[in-house]
Amino acid sequence: MTPALFIAFGAMLVIASLMVILHRNPVTSALFLVVAFCSLAAIYLLLHAEFLAMVQVIVYAGAIMVLFLFVVMYLNLKHDVEHGIHLALRRGTGWILGGVLLAESLWFFGHRWAAGPLAPEEALATAGNTEAIGRVLYTRYLFPFEITSMLLLVAMVGAVVIAKGRGPHVERGRPPQGAPGAPAAPADRQETA
Amino acid sequence: MAAIWSNPDFQFVLWAMVKIVVILFTMLTVVSYMIYAERKIAGHMQARVGPNRVGPLGLLQPAADVAKLFFKEEFTPEGANKVVFTIAPMMAVIPALVTFSVIPFGPQDAFRVTDVNVGLLVFLAMSSLGVYAITLGGWSSNNKYALLGGLRSSAQMISYELAMGLSCIPVLLFAGSLSLMEITRMQGHWWFVATPFGMLAFMIFMITALAETNRAPFDLPEAEAELVAGFHTEYSSMKFGLFFLGEFANVITISCIAVVLFLGGWNGPWLPEALKFLWFFAKLGVLLFFFIWIRWTFPRLRYDQLMNLGWKVLLPVALGNILLTSAYLWWRAQG
Repeated sequence: MTPALFIAFGAMLVIASLMVILHRNPVTSALFLVVAFCSLAAIYLLLHAEFLAMVQVIVYAGAIMVLFLFVVMYLNLKHDVEHGIHLALRRGTGWILGGVLLAESLWFFGHRWAAGPLAPEEALATAGNTEAIGRVLYTRYLFPFEITSMLLLVAMVGAVVIAKGRGPHVERGRPPQGAPGAPAAPADRQETA
Repeated sequence: MAAIWSNPDFQFVLWAMVKIVVILFTMLTVVSYMIYAERKIAGHMQARVGPNRVGPLGLLQPAADVAKLFFKEEFTPEGANKVVFTIAPMMAVIPALVTFSVIPFGPQDAFRVTDVNVGLLVFLAMSSLGVYAITLGGWSSNNKYALLGGLRSSAQMISYELAMGLSCIPVLLFAGSLSLMEITRMQGHWWFVATPFGMLAFMIFMITALAETNRAPFDLPEAEAELVAGFHTEYSSMKFGLFFLGEFANVITISCIAVVLFLGGWNGPWLPEALKFLWFFAKLGVLLFFFIWIRWTFPRLRYDQLMNLGWKVLLPVALGNILLTSAYLWWRAQG
């Protein structure tokens, strides 16, 4: 049953990802990205990475994409209406980079790819892999982990400073609408990264 | 044919299906009677009698409501994004119902659909997906009041989600597991709410639960005095019904989680093992009454008060609680 599920979710992932870049309406693109994140989470589940799957949904689909949507709606972005040389330039660059990437991956898969076991056996330990991830994160990868959280903290402080503006304090009391939503993404990531 | 019936995969899927259908219908019944209870209790709190015309004591009122909603005219506004407009109400109900699959209603295998070792994370993931319903519903209606309601709710739910997630962590520290079954078993002798850390976490959890489900006093997204009906202004008929259902399903889901995390789940004295699930439903009933009680007691918060409470009070207190709990556990481990 697992291979069938893998193919189904894989197909969903590919189609949703394609729709993200092919659809002209930014909100619809964002929604397809949510679908892509969820199918990716399902694939993690098939690989017995339950913790990663759930964190994928909580952080990416539940927090970051909501903020994305928030911004897209707030700015009321119109359809993709760029014309002329800019569009040609951007499309051209996209095609060239995409072609290079495709050639590269074809070469890579042709030379190195081999079918391995579907799920790593050691991950099937009784307690699941939440414990294993925590242990590794706080011992072997402690330094990168802390550095990442520091980086996110710096980004968060930066966002607050920019949002406050340079001038003297004008209005205290009611904050501008939407401002409190902004720091949510870094804080959320910091907690679960 | 017989080969199919003895196939373990097939048996597993069939058994799971049966449990899903039973739990789903039980919960939908609870949801509809929750609406009845809300109207009845609200009535008595305001010195009225509440619905009492359809059936004895008005007990058939939910059925009448649903029938009415089905037969109402369905209206889609001119400039609405049709597809998103249809998806949004579904998104309101589905996440709330999915969470029921990991809740252990009783000690036996038959009282839960499954016991995954990341049960609590499933709940958090689903509650974070619930934001989409309101945000998308507000945006796709092409109505300024609906859009403002949607934007408010995304800001509100993201803010309170954080404090809610953090308030669950002391429980995890005590239980050492993300499985809801394991967390319930750990509370066999002593509920978490009876410890000082658990009490604090429980209070934070219940406040954020009110905000997550958009219930008064946190029902800013649909503040009728300023935003007409908020995100569901343009919705009619059963699409509106789904939003309504989703709100109440969310209340029940979150109360179930609160029962499991803090009130000991199905643990309780006197009853034999087979009837322990009654304890679960008794505690659930108390929490649901609490939700209704709060709604008809407190006035609505202002938007800036809401954000201040979330970011400047609940979040630091939840973080401090985690620190204190870990310090206590470390001290206990030292002997």
